[in-house]
Amino acid sequence: MSEAVVQTRSLRRQFGATVAVADLSLSIGRGEIFGFLGPNGAGKTTSLKLLLGLLEPGGGTGEVLGAPLGERRARARIGFLPEHFRFHCCLTGRELLRFHGKLHGMRGAVLERRIDELLVRVDLTDAEGRPLREYSKGMTQRVGLAQALINDPELVFLDEPTSGLDPLGRLLVRDIIQELRDRGTTVFLNSHLLGEVEATCDRVVFVREGRVVRELSLAQSVGDIAVELRVAPLDPATLAGLAQFGSAITRTRELLRMRVSDESVLPKLAAWLVGRGLSLYELRSRRRSLEEWFVEIMGDGQRPG
Amino acid sequence: MRITLASLICALLLLVVFGTSVYFLYRFGPGAVPRPAFIRQAQLETLTLAGLYVANFLALAFSVLLPVDSLSGEIDSGVIQTIASKPVSRSTIVLGKWLAFLGMATGYLLLVTLGVVLLVRLFTGFVPPHLATALPVLLLGAATLLTLSIAGGTRMTTITNAIVVFGFYAIAFIGGWIETIGALLGSDAARYIGTAISLVSPVDAMWRLAAHRLQSPLVQQLPGPFSSAAVPSAAMVVWAVGYVIATLLAALRGFRTRAL
Repeated sequence: MSEAVVQTRSLRRQFGATVAVADLSLSIGRGEIFGFLGPNGAGKTTSLKLLLGLLEPGGGTGEVLGAPLGERRARARIGFLPEHFRFHCCLTGRELLRFHGKLHGMRGAVLERRIDELLVRVDLTDAEGRPLREYSKGMTQRVGLAQALINDPELVFLDEPTSGLDPLGRLLVRDIIQELRDRGTTVFLNSHLLGEVEATCDRVVFVREGRVVRELSLAQSVGDIAVELRVAPLDPATLAGLAQFGSAITRTRELLRMRVSDESVLPKLAAWLVGRGLSLYELRSRRRSLEEWFVEIMGDGQRPG
Repeated sequence: MRITLASLICALLLLVVFGTSVYFLYRFGPGAVPRPAFIRQAQLETLTLAGLYVANFLALAFSVLLPVDSLSGEIDSGVIQTIASKPVSRSTIVLGKWLAFLGMATGYLLLVTLGVVLLVRLFTGFVPPHLATALPVLLLGAATLLTLSIAGGTRMTTITNAIVVFGFYAIAFIGGWIETIGALLGSDAARYIGTAISLVSPVDAMWRLAAHRLQSPLVQQLPGPFSSAAVPSAAMVVWAVGYVIATLLAALRGFRTRAL
């Protein structure tokens, strides 16, 4: 991994007797698009607030952009879109962006130029002069995204950025994340929409009860692949031999199911079967979706949030 | 914005009602009848103080209500999250709000009090004495409640905060009366209780001190609703200044450690 822009060691936070974050250890490299996944109540938003300095940790340590959590000089290089973006509703879209730009110390023509760019990027040019209270949910989310990017940040925290957006809005957010990746910006993405995460993230971690329970790389083409085979004749020696290629082998009449670790196994498997003189009628492979991973990692006992 | 607008409407109503009353009293009513100078002086001072009493009350209510929702409302709604995650210190956020609201409260206090004074001057030619030293004392009283309101907002919800701060004002009001009645009846115990209450909440003490300054020595000796029987000392002004500073420091500390 490249230089870590977020590094935490055993972060902990509780509210009264309730432990929101039990033991959070993370490392996120520069330029990564990082997904932070977990069921409701897993401590995702609390973790994010700890990283932003909005909450004091009860234990553990961490650094963001090389500075201790919550330090002002690091906050100058961060962007943040909260899950429920709220604002002073008397402001117009442009005034909101100007206000947040000024909080970053931006002024004058530089700030106005940046606002112009962002209004175009989030497709709100025609609504810039309207009060925010007249904005739809999707427009609110888009202007919130623009405020998160006003300072051209090195690290962006997006908490459910596509919440309330229609398919076109989601596509726009996905494109913006892609642009951020191209510019080397690190993105910390907290989302329930696993399809969005799968399409944009390089790596994800699953958190449960405030702990990282699994880490998964989505950028590399490795991972758990489900394979279905229809082959004849099937004898015990063939079944035993398949074990060298994968695991979890099950048989239902003529259909074999197994899991392999890598796509490169598939041609070797086919060659081995044909080499043994067997007739291969069908070979299908399918990568496990993030949703399947989620269900497996979180366990059957997980209740809907 | 709505609080400011509603407060301005109240101020306008006060000035219209007060001005109309003064006009009719001193142009056509009993006030137009020639009287000995000291009686006319006492009447005008009492009338001016009655107007200033309501003006001061409006300014105090404005000082409580204007900032009461500022921090607690932004914390509750989540607006503060995007602000506090920017490179501004939490102390700057609190101090910025305090200074802005203090400026607005000062403007409002000057509007209503000087409005009352100008109306009396316009219709009767009378101007109360020591206005330049009394108004800063009134402002100090307003600053006390304003700072309490901001400090409360760092830890309490909007409604709870409003109840607590108005409670401080109510305590001060009762304390003032206990102290005044104690002084008139010669009860040291009542005076000490009143003084102790003023130390907890010095708002009413600031009004009584300003009201005393706004009366001539002759009228100060007369019993009445604005009696000078229990005038707080200059030390109470020092105490109130320290009170504001201590409350502001508590607000800074409260917000610095607040979970957002």
